[in-house]
Amino acid sequence: MNINRDKVNKFFSKIPTHFALIFLCLVWLVPTLGLLITSFRPQQAVNETGWWTVLSRKSAGSEGFPEYSQYCEECHGADGQAVEGVNLSDPELIARYSRSARLLGLLRQEIDGQPHMGDNPLPSIDEAAAITAYLSSLSGTEELPTFTINNYVDALVGFRQQGSTYLEACEDGTARTLGFSCTARDLLNPRGMGRAFINSLIVTIPATILPLLFAAFAGYAFSWLDFPGRMWLFAILVGLQVVPLQMTLVPISRIYARLGLNGTFLGVWLFHTGFGMPYAIYLMRNFLGGLPRDLFESAYLDGANHWTAFYRLALPLAAPALAALGIFQFLWVWNDLLVALVFLGGQRPVLTYQISNMVSSLGAGWHLLTAAAFISFLLPLAVFFGLQRYFVRGLLAGSVKG
Amino acid sequence: MTDVAARTAEERQQERRRRQRASTGRRVPEIMKQGALAPWLYLAPALIVMTLFIVYPMINTIILSFQNANGTGPVVCRGEPCWGIFENYRYALTGELNLTNFQTAWQSFWVSSYGNNIKWILLMVSGTVILGLIIALLADRVRYEPTAKSIIFMPMAISFVGAGVIWGFVYNIDPDIGLLNAIITALGGSRVAFLQTPGLNTVLLIVVGIWIWTGFAMTILSAALKGVPTEIIEAARVDGANEWTVFWRVILPMIMPTVTVVITVMIINVLKIFDIVYVMTGGNYGTEVMANRMYREMYINFNTGRGTAIAVVLILVIIPFMYLNVKRFQEQEAMR
Repeated sequence: MNINRDKVNKFFSKIPTHFALIFLCLVWLVPTLGLLITSFRPQQAVNETGWWTVLSRKSAGSEGFPEYSQYCEECHGADGQAVEGVNLSDPELIARYSRSARLLGLLRQEIDGQPHMGDNPLPSIDEAAAITAYLSSLSGTEELPTFTINNYVDALVGFRQQGSTYLEACEDGTARTLGFSCTARDLLNPRGMGRAFINSLIVTIPATILPLLFAAFAGYAFSWLDFPGRMWLFAILVGLQVVPLQMTLVPISRIYARLGLNGTFLGVWLFHTGFGMPYAIYLMRNFLGGLPRDLFESAYLDGANHWTAFYRLALPLAAPALAALGIFQFLWVWNDLLVALVFLGGQRPVLTYQISNMVSSLGAGWHLLTAAAFISFLLPLAVFFGLQRYFVRGLLAGSVKG
Repeated sequence: MTDVAARTAEERQQERRRRQRASTGRRVPEIMKQGALAPWLYLAPALIVMTLFIVYPMINTIILSFQNANGTGPVVCRGEPCWGIFENYRYALTGELNLTNFQTAWQSFWVSSYGNNIKWILLMVSGTVILGLIIALLADRVRYEPTAKSIIFMPMAISFVGAGVIWGFVYNIDPDIGLLNAIITALGGSRVAFLQTPGLNTVLLIVVGIWIWTGFAMTILSAALKGVPTEIIEAARVDGANEWTVFWRVILPMIMPTVTVVITVMIINVLKIFDIVYVMTGGNYGTEVMANRMYREMYINFNTGRGTAIAVVLILVIIPFMYLNVKRFQEQEAMR
């Protein structure tokens, strides 16, 4: 009885906690959720209604109703069926007048020798458009699909035509005039996210492996080799961790210009390697230095030398640290904009460059932008949710435990 | 004989201790001693790339900051006031200020890149630390802690550019696109051009920064919270302290060192902030921060002298935090 009351009390005392926490989680989630939903909505729908209307269908039917009631309701009635033989809710009939120009054409024609509109004025072109929109929703024709993957296709191949999609354009042949081949080759279009995705991979993989390798060597030296100035060198390294990237851009791009490395992948790999080094060594040294001494001593008693100890003992044991570091470096390089902007630019666009370029040049193309953004999130989120444990561990090792 | 042997043994031990102190706090096992060259072979790749990509550029940046726009000769003044060889620094420090009188200088400072950077530091550091701490405390008391923490932490995995797109969408002026304006118009207000309104826009960009970095603060503070011994908390409760007192008098003092670390790391991160501003406003409408101003001078105005001078100012601001970082490291080493 007592226990039960305790439990109930505990439950009620925690309600504010649950409420606050769930509220915060929602605040954190909603912006991303909006982006995700929008990326799957048809272009037209994205521009007309907010993503939050996806669940409620109230928008259909209300639009264009004032215009309809002003010009048509008197004769056709509220349900569009008042005139004998003319059923405005018939999809087949309405499909013939789906464009405002065609509707206006019809309204200008005479019916049985009388003007269609009688003494009333014709609707303007905008009003006619509103009426057609209302009629389409009334008859159920031209119902936009709620979700589509067209945005992703368009973003991948770099199809940026407003009011059309890549698949449509390929079907009616206009895509060819825009330089698309409508084969898998379009994925390599330099304006598309497909190409950018490949470029990002080419940049990221070596720029993750190289620092890992170098840091493992250096971390071993700092923890299990003795040399003069070890402590000082390491302290300098800790200091270098906070050097802002921006400091080094100009001198490096001047050197690269002389060596012809601007716009090459090699230049970016080397830059990321150099810049990732201080933190990577710091992490590796802390991990390797924390391994038990006896382990190394007994290896030496068994006749191992430093190379064997490093290769056979330290490296396999450091797997968790290497994983954490690998995730960090991967995310850092994949998500980087500044280095890609300065050293690769538009010559070899990576995902972040392509997106920032779309933001500034596209303006209202939210259907493409949202899809493009999600294409760039794909790999980081997979890595994050798959390897979260290592990620958190690396974060803690880097900034707290030391 | 025995005397000498004893002395040499003692000397050897002293010598070893001295060497250990000189190198590092931790000992390398005696039998693992190696040739003088071996360590440098292990270090060589790392040291070479770091010298090439961090140390040399830093020195070069300092030299360039005293030179003209193309880095071809010493900087030349184009009129008054002129700081001679420090002309680029005059531009870097006072270029954005209106120095007619103290009041205009003060006002222009708060809309300059420096003022914006200070706003970023104050709001973003306090925002991430306080929110991170609140979430860590709340999550600690519920069963779905891992899920909640994953949600808060997720923005850390995506790019600043992506975050810029996500929030640009939320802040959009069209109430049929931007969620925030949709809420405002639904409540009867008129829509707001969030990112084009000076003052407000910087705050809204900082919100994006907080959204990204709170997960970082939360993770580290949460680990520290779990490190507080439950016996101490229980003891305080038994002594009649309520939750509020327990937090302020017991938990907070115990995790204070970690809070300091998070603050230091966050300040360094905020000083380097670039991408969010670049993607969301391009530094327009009074949102520019130091890194963006530097980028503009270097890659849009092509004035390396001025750009590098701003970079040097940035590193000078960061140096105290660099020092804190090294000092903390040495303290940790001493405790090992």
